[in-house]
Amino acid sequence: MIRLEGLYKSFGAKEVLRGLDLEIGKGESRVVIGGSGSGKSVILKHIIGILRPDKGKVFINDADITVLRDRELYEIRKKFGMLFQMAALFDSMNVWENVGFALTRHRKMKLSDIREIAIEKLKMVGLVGVENLMPSELSGGMKKRVGLARAIAHEPEILLYDEPTTGLDPITADAINELIVEMRERLSVTSVAITHDMNSAYKIADRISMLYEGKIIETGTPEEIRDTGNPVVRQFITGSAVGPIKVEGVSNEKHFNRA
Amino acid sequence: MTKLIENLGRTIISFTAELGRIIMLLLETIKQTFIPPYEIRNTFVQMLEIGIRSLPVVLVTAVFTGMVFALQTYTGFKRFGAESVVGTVVALSMTRELGPVLTGLIVAGRAGAAMAAELGTMRVTEQIDALETLATNPVKYLIVPRFISGLTMLPAVTIVADIIGIIGGYVVTVGIFHTSSVVYWKRTWDFLEASDIYNGLIKACFFGGSIALVSCYRGFYTSGGAEGVGKATTGAVVLSSMTILISDYFLSNWLFR
Repeated sequence: MIRLEGLYKSFGAKEVLRGLDLEIGKGESRVVIGGSGSGKSVILKHIIGILRPDKGKVFINDADITVLRDRELYEIRKKFGMLFQMAALFDSMNVWENVGFALTRHRKMKLSDIREIAIEKLKMVGLVGVENLMPSELSGGMKKRVGLARAIAHEPEILLYDEPTTGLDPITADAINELIVEMRERLSVTSVAITHDMNSAYKIADRISMLYEGKIIETGTPEEIRDTGNPVVRQFITGSAVGPIKVEGVSNEKHFNRA
Repeated sequence: MTKLIENLGRTIISFTAELGRIIMLLLETIKQTFIPPYEIRNTFVQMLEIGIRSLPVVLVTAVFTGMVFALQTYTGFKRFGAESVVGTVVALSMTRELGPVLTGLIVAGRAGAAMAAELGTMRVTEQIDALETLATNPVKYLIVPRFISGLTMLPAVTIVADIIGIIGGYVVTVGIFHTSSVVYWKRTWDFLEASDIYNGLIKACFFGGSIALVSCYRGFYTSGGAEGVGKATTGAVVLSSMTILISDYFLSNWLFR
């Protein structure tokens, strides 16, 4: 379904991806873990084609999207839904307009029908009666839910989650995890999440891959990862400052989020 | 000395690179303008923002500029008995120069700043990436409507500014200095040519396009959080104002000589 082959990407002098390979099967829920600034977001942005690799290929359903023209790429993107770290709701639109955005743009539907669908999707993510609110009136957890409703509104085949639980309290974070599991079961989508929250990773993943120094160094089921012998993975999942992973005090992932 | 040359070289390179990126964005904007579906609703929203909402402050500026121009010209020209041509001076300077330039500067400060701040915020909060993931080209969705609105609304607002400025001049010349109303209008119409008006509007059109392009460029490529948005906004206003003032000379040299 999704296959990344030998991906290289640099931003200025900083080499973020160094020959990364990753394969995700249809219907699978994959979580990529890795430290801040390790290039996790960059992987997601390559999968959906916002970034183009310096070298390497990105296959979606066996089509290499790195060689597509813009227009074909936008067609492929209709298969995707993405939940952003800070939800990235359009703050000039109210909640239902946000959720129905893709439908308004790409399907010839009446606004009243789109509003109905938006309300239904909001209900799926556990929100009722918020459709006319503006994003600024919502809490962090609610924004994420609206972001998720927007991501699923056009019934995508692939869902991407960028740090779905970051910035949420533990209870809200767990509710979002539950929702992600539920989405996979109800919609039978393929999903890729990136996170450094191990609770979240164990909960939502079929398989977990660890990104380190621009490559995937290990992939396994949550149990396999938990019992890993790899010292780097071990250090990461136990959250220790001591070990082979160097703590980079100055790295800032935000720098790499820009296209 | 080597340091100086190094710095000079670096400035030239970054300036050229920036100019190149602006031109690339312009070409992409033009291309996206002609690819359906057309952003009609968004364009009207921006026209309202750039055109109609700028009107009050443009009108105040224009009326007072017309008035002070009449005042200064009248008192100055009186020294050699040429006070009858005040109407001509006000009309020519409003249509050829002050109408487009002042309107441009005001719209740069108002709408240009707003565009850079809005797009910049959208960039740093990943809303522009979100547009991409929802299969929507952000240049088409965000920049095309602003660019078209700049191109069309600036001339429209400029016409109003021209008229209001001339009326402001009339109020001072006739109302305060008691010159004959007939003389004011006759002098205005006798020497005002259609080319004064439409060449002024061509300038306005260029200014409108530049403001939108430069401000959108600054906003679209913002980085670095809230501080970055602030910088983008200031940068947009400074760069559009400079573009207006500098290009004004060259456009005038080309259009009015």
